[in-house]
This record gives sequence, C-alpha cells and structure tokens, in this order.
Amino acid sequence: MSLRILVGCKRVIDYAVKVRVKPDHSGVVTQGVKHSLNPFDEIAVEEAVRLKEKKHASEIIAVSCGPAACQETLRTALAMGADKAIHVEVSEAEYATLQPVHVSKILAKLAERTQANLILVGKQAIDDDLNQTAQMTAGVLDWPQGTFVSQVEPEGDSLKIVREVDGGLEHIKVKLPAVVSADLRLNEPRYATLPNIMKAKKKPMEKLSAKDLGVDIAARIKVVNVAEPPVREAGAKVENVDELLGKLKDLGRI
Amino acid sequence: MIRIAAVSVARRLALAEARLLHTTANLACAKVERRAPVESNSFVMNIFKGDANLTQVFPYPDNLSEEQVETLGMLTDTCQSFLKEKNDPMRNDREGKISDEVMDHLREMGAFGLQVPEQYGGIHTNNQQYGRLCETLGYTDLSLSVTLGAHQSIGFKALLLYGNDEQKAKYLPDLASGKTIAAYCLTEPGSGSDAMSISSRAVLSPDKKHYILNGEKIWISNGQTAEIFSVFAKTPIEKDGQTQDRITCFLVERSMGVQNGPPEKKMGIKGSNTTTLRFENVKIPVENVIGKPGEGFKIAVQVLNNGRFGLGSAMCGTMRYCIEKSTEHATQRKQFGNTLASYENIQEKLARMQMLHYITESVAYALSGNMDRGYVDYHLEAAVSKVLGSEAAWWVCDEAIQIHGGMGFMQEVHLERVLRDLRIFRIFEGANDILRLFIALQGLQFAGGHLKELQRAMANPTANLGLIFAEGSKRVKRAVGISSPPTLDAYVPARLQMPAALLARSIEQFGASCESLLIKYGKNIIGEQFLLIRLANSVIDIHSMMCVLARCTRTLQKNLPTAEQEAVLVDLICSEASERVARNLGQLRSAEKLANYKRMQKTAQAMCQTGGVCTQNPLGV
Ligand SMILES: Cc1cc2nc3c(=O)[nH]c(=O)nc-3n(C[C@H](O)[C@H](O)[C@H](O)COP(=O)(O)OP(=O)(O)OC[C@H]3O[C@@H](n4cnc5c(N)ncnc54)[C@H](O)[C@@H]3O)c2cc1C
Repeated sequence: MSLRILVGCKRVIDYAVKVRVKPDHSGVVTQGVKHSLNPFDEIAVEEAVRLKEKKHASEIIAVSCGPAACQETLRTALAMGADKAIHVEVSEAEYATLQPVHVSKILAKLAERTQANLILVGKQAIDDDLNQTAQMTAGVLDWPQGTFVSQVEPEGDSLKIVREVDGGLEHIKVKLPAVVSADLRLNEPRYATLPNIMKAKKKPMEKLSAKDLGVDIAARIKVVNVAEPPVREAGAKVENVDELLGKLKDLGRI
Repeated sequence: MIRIAAVSVARRLALAEARLLHTTANLACAKVERRAPVESNSFVMNIFKGDANLTQVFPYPDNLSEEQVETLGMLTDTCQSFLKEKNDPMRNDREGKISDEVMDHLREMGAFGLQVPEQYGGIHTNNQQYGRLCETLGYTDLSLSVTLGAHQSIGFKALLLYGNDEQKAKYLPDLASGKTIAAYCLTEPGSGSDAMSISSRAVLSPDKKHYILNGEKIWISNGQTAEIFSVFAKTPIEKDGQTQDRITCFLVERSMGVQNGPPEKKMGIKGSNTTTLRFENVKIPVENVIGKPGEGFKIAVQVLNNGRFGLGSAMCGTMRYCIEKSTEHATQRKQFGNTLASYENIQEKLARMQMLHYITESVAYALSGNMDRGYVDYHLEAAVSKVLGSEAAWWVCDEAIQIHGGMGFMQEVHLERVLRDLRIFRIFEGANDILRLFIALQGLQFAGGHLKELQRAMANPTANLGLIFAEGSKRVKRAVGISSPPTLDAYVPARLQMPAALLARSIEQFGASCESLLIKYGKNIIGEQFLLIRLANSVIDIHSMMCVLARCTRTLQKNLPTAEQEAVLVDLICSEASERVARNLGQLRSAEKLANYKRMQKTAQAMCQTGGVCTQNPLGV
C-alpha cells in the first residue's frame, strides 16, 4: 500500500537559544529570536523521506500551523525532501493559545483533504513539551496510533512498529491509516543540502486558514503567568566529608 | 610646479617598469592615463583627490531581498550544524588533510559550487551570500576554508569569469559538484609578489592545435588533490609585427601530464594541501586557453581581486570565534577574587576586539554588497578589506590567547591552531605589504591623472574656468587655512555627526597630503616606501571610518536593537582612527621623521652588509 504521508512541522525557538520570559510575564520573548523546525518533527520528516526513498511512500506533505514565519520552517522540510507544504495561518494572538486540541483537528481535516494514510509527528515539541498531538489526532480520526516510535516498517496494509517504553521496547503492528509519533532514536536527520534548499523554493506551498478547514481555534486556556525557574543559589565549598556532613546537619537535611 | 609633477607622475606610472603596480593592479587603470583621467566612483580612489565620493558607500548595501535573507539563513544553518557536528579541525591539522568523510559530505552538501550558476549545477549565491558562507567556514576551520577557497574563490574563477560557453559546459558541472577540484597556479620559485616575472612558458605546436607547456609552480593550494588547474604561463604573442612574451591563462587537466611534489610541511592551515607542480612538455589543446592569448595577466589579477572579499568575510568568522572564547573565559576565570572580565585591562582588550570585528565586517560586506550592485572599480576596497581582515584577525587571536593566559597556549583550547592558521593570510593572495604599496600607488596615480587634467585646463583657461576655479579655490583655501572639509551631515543621522566630522577632516587632510607628495616627489614617489606605507595605513583607517559610519547609519535608521551599541563603537573607532590618520600624515612631512627614515635605511644597509645584527655584544665577546 503506497503511503501518502502528512508530517507535522512545528516552528519552535531554536534549542540552542537561551529562552527569556517577557517582562509582563505573559509568555517568552520570541521577537528577534532564532527559530527552527522542532527537532522531533525533523526526525518525523526524515523518516517520511526515508520511506519515500525506499519507495514505500508516494508523497510527503509537510504541515505547519502558526504565523507567517512558519513558511520558513516548512521550507526546511521541503529542503529535506517533502514534496509540498501546507501552511495553516494562525495569527500571533491566536497562536499564543493554540493547543494540541486545535492542531489535532486541523491535522484530521487535512488528512481527509489530502487523502493521507499516515500522519507522522514528533512525540512532543521542545517549547511546550505537551506530547498530545499524535494521540489526539488518532482520537479525532479514530485511527490506530503508534507513539514514541524508534522503528517503522511498512508491511502490506500495516506498519510494524517498535516503541520505546519504560524499561524496554514494545513491538506492535498497526493497520493503516495510522498516526505515528517519532522518538529521538528513530533516525538521525540529514543535513539539508544547499542545492535542495534552493530547489525547495520552487516546491508548492498551499496557504489555508483554520476557518477554511472549519476548525474552531478559539482559546481553551488562559495564560495566567509565565515565570523563569528560580535562580540557583550560590553554593559553598567544603574541605572534607566531615565538614560536609556537619553542614548538612546544621541545615537540617540529614 | 603642479604641472611638472602631474606630467611626470603620469608618465612615470605609465612605464612598464613600474612593475609593482602592474603586478597588483587592475589593468584598466594602468593603461588609460595617457588619455583622459580615469573616472571612478570608488570611495577610496577619490579620497586621493581629497573628495568624499559617497556614491558607493551610502546607503550601506542592503541588496538582499527577504527571500534571499531567508535562503541564506537556511544555507548558513545547515553548513554551521554540519561543520560543528562532523568536522574536526584538530584532526585535519594533525593528519594534514581534510578527512575523506568531510570532503564527501561537503560534496553532497553542494559546497564546491557556491557561486556557479544553477544551469551548471551550482547554487549561484551572490557575493554577499557567498561571503556569509565563507564567514561560517572561517569560524570553524581555516584549513577547510582555504581548501574550498582555493577551489572556487580562485581555482576555477578564471573559467567562471572569462571562460566561454563550451569551456563552462565541459568543466563547471564536475567542478561545482566537487567531483573535480581546482587550483590556481601563479607562484613560481623565482616569482612571488612580482607575478609578471613568471618563467613558465607555453608555445604552440607546429600544427597549432596544442600549446606545449614547461615550467614549475610552487606552494599551490590543492596541488595534490586538484584535477583542474588554472595555470598562468608566458606565450609568444605577435603584435605590430613583433613577438613578445605575454602571460596566457590555461585550463589544464591533470591527465595532460601535470605532476605534483609531496605535501609541504607548514606552520598552519595544515589540513589544506600545498604542493609544487611540474609541467614537462604538457600538451594543452588550444581550446583550453581562457580568455585570449596574452590576456592572462589581467585574468590572474582580476581573479585575485574578485576573490578577496571572501577572505575578508572569513576573517570575520575567525574573529567571532576568538571573541566568543575570550568572553567565555573572561567571565568565568577568577583571579585576585574577581572575574577577569571585571578588570579594566581585560575590558579594553575585549572592546578592541569588538571594534576590529565591527570594522572588518562593515568593510567586507560593503565590498561584497558593492560587487553585487554591479560596481567594478572595487580593487582598492578589496585590497583594504584583505589587509585589514588578516591583520585584525591576527591581533584578535593573539589577544584572545593573552586573555586565556597559559590555557591559551594549550592545544585543547584551539587558539594556538587558529593563530598558526591565521599567519598565512597576511602573506598569500597578495602580501599585505605589497597590497599597501598597491593601494597608495594606484590612488596617487588616479590623483595624478586629475592633477594633469587641471594642468591641461590651465593651457586653455577660458574654456575651463569652472574647473580651474573649483580646484584653485580649494587649494587657496587650504593654503590659508580656511578650507571647509567635505561634509557628511546630509548623510548621517544627528547621533553620528561627531564621528562623521572626524572622518571629513581626515579625508581633507589626506587629500592635501597626497597633493603635496605628488608636488614634492613627482615621479619619484614610487620609490618612497616609507611614505607610501603610511599613506596606505591612512587609507585603511579612512575607509574603515567610512564603512562603519555608513553601516551604523543604516542600523540607526532601521532602529535595530543594537543601534546604540553600534553608535558607541563608531564613536570609539572614529576617535582613534582619525587620530592615527593625523599621525600617519604628519609623518609624511615632519623633518624629524624624514630624517628617521634615512637613519633606518642606513641601519638596514649596515645590517645587510654585516650579515645580521650590526652592533656588538656589550661585553665585546
Ligand atoms: C600556504 C600557501 C598557499 C599558497 N597558495 C597559493 C596558490 O594556491 N596559488 C598560487 O599561485 N600561490 C600560492 N601561494 C603563494 C603566495 O601567493 C606567495 O607566497 C605570495 O604571493 C608572496 O610571494 P613570495 O612568497 O614569493 O614572497 P616575495 O614576493 O618574495 O615577498 C617576500 C616579502 O617581501 C616583500 N616585498 C616583495 N617585493 C617588495 C617590494 N617591491 N617592496 C617592498 N616589499 C616587497 C613582500 O611583501 C613580502 O613581505 C601560497 C603560499 C603559501 C605559503
């Protein structure tokens, strides 16, 4: 069964950036901050491309929901080997409260629209760490799911999947169509080559809104306060173990 | 007096024996001065006349579209992460080569044909984009930077700039994919800075289908790994019934019989391959001449000229690396109870690193931006960028080591390698000393041409009153000390008026100095290297001031987050640079300094006669 793969590509603050909270505690500073493709989504894109290279997949469609800058993220996916991209534009204001519950509905609608039979997403985004999109999307579509996946292999109308679970690996088989979320060890993503980056500019990019898809993205949460983790207090050096034990006793820790 | 000087300078500079000038010069300028004076909107050129021609410096080039910036971001990101994760500069240094895996991966990445048009398989970046990628290389590994630069900045540049369609179709696709590597082959045992003096020679075969090449080249980067060589050799050329040896550029394939020596053992850039080359009766098809026979010297010079902007940008990357290491160490290392960063002496070092970086970056991207705008008279700006970048980076790396103390001397900190790697940048692609002389002489020649024009105007004053009055009154005002320097007020925002005024004053002082040098020394200025070097140093400072002012103006107008910090840097840079200009120019005429030059000359002569130190040990033994 030839796969038509829809891949989720979230634009997140780059992993190397030191994240700062806005002075009004409404969120983190994103202006002028380097963003990139969520690393777990990058793994998902890589897996899709490998499936296509092995002739298991016929088409890869990258999707990103968010402000205009997401198109840059999508072009990274296109440069890695996705065939086309869909940008679901969400305004900055709405994006602040966009949650997996919304994204899963958008992905479900897009799966119908593009006749995808596999949705591949990262297991979580490194900004909000929610780890819900794959599961919710499977729920909305009533498709089987394979989460935290470290190996995928198509077999007939199913996928053979290895999942990373606490204390070991779980081998499962899911029927297509299905939703799969990528874990860290699924693969090591390639570097986009320079010629492919240039070619990516010519690949099609469709622009839609949530409304076009009939998905209500009204806020379901309200951000009350965003705060930095407490700064670590300065420690003290001790000369030897006895002094350490003494100090800990004084502090009432032992 | 003006008349005599102008005529003789112009004539003298036209002479073929002014080889130094030819060696480094763009021929366009060496040939024309017999006719009308060369016109140019080059900023550096025009300061020699005391003019602030701002055509090419304001506004600071801002040519990349949003899309181009985005693409560039993606290109740099992928290169940066690849280099960080896969390339090990210490290993390249140790093993004397770029590892095969990295080379293969760079091929896949498309890093060998950055400026090659897409039809030939390249990715066709413009100069600013290419410069930015060079910066990424300079940040990580100068051996790799030279390997890739020797291939595409100069190796096959002659083909790219002057090749015909058949030659391009035949060679560019493999070069762009990195399937074949290129080398630029000019230097010979007897010919370095004086490139005109090469003795490799190629003669036509009796059937006129081939050239037969004989000769030897030395220190050729990629000499062992290259498949395609741009070789410069003399060929007999017939002109006006006479046969003369002229340089011709050939594209030579290794399989035609090129032999190379073993890799040289070097101080730095050890990962970059450097060898000698031997040509013994190498048969080159006539189709492999690049450009026309006899045009090779122009091509050789223009290739270097066109490649220099990449070197300046690479130096920005190297400095950025050294500076990041320095701030990290300075904020973590504690001595005498405080971090190093809290001490003023360290703060001065850091601030000076930042100033040099800002200058080098501003000059380098102004240059590549102007090349992208289509200006062609950038050879002096390119020379300034190369000299400035290679020296700034050397100083920055040296101070970074100083800040690290003993740690800086250790291999594991990598700075010792960077320092070793950096040393060659002041020597190759035009030794900095030679480039300084080139800057000074080219500029003076340009100004001399204009003095000559004035002299011609004097012959027919009624027809040229305007010119005579304009020039004349400038001189008179200067003579009586009421001149008003060129004003930059209309170009820079209020915040930068102070440093702009310092620059304006420097330009005026500079123009006056050039004029009096031309008047005093006439044609003999060509031999006055003590003076020429000081003149060139002033040029570098003036151009630096100009570029940082233009760039910061743009930053302020766009209200970028670093605007105020940049303005502070511009204050600092212009304050110090204008002071240096005044000092350097003062040294052109002070009797004491002129006497010093004689003293130095005498000392050097005595040394060469003695064979080393010309004084004795105080103990007499
Ligand atoms: C690692 C490495 C890689 C290289 N790669 C290449 C390459 O790929 N292709 C290539 O063709 N060449 C290459 N070269 C050669 C390089 O370009 C030359 O070394 C350089 O041009 C200087 O020439 P030279 O060494 O003969 O020095 P010289 O010309 O002998 O100069 C020696 C010194 O004298 C000074 N000097 C010379 N003439 C004058 C004068 N008239 N007045 C005052 N001072 C003067 C110079 O500034 C210099 O300081 C490479 C060299 C090295 C070391």
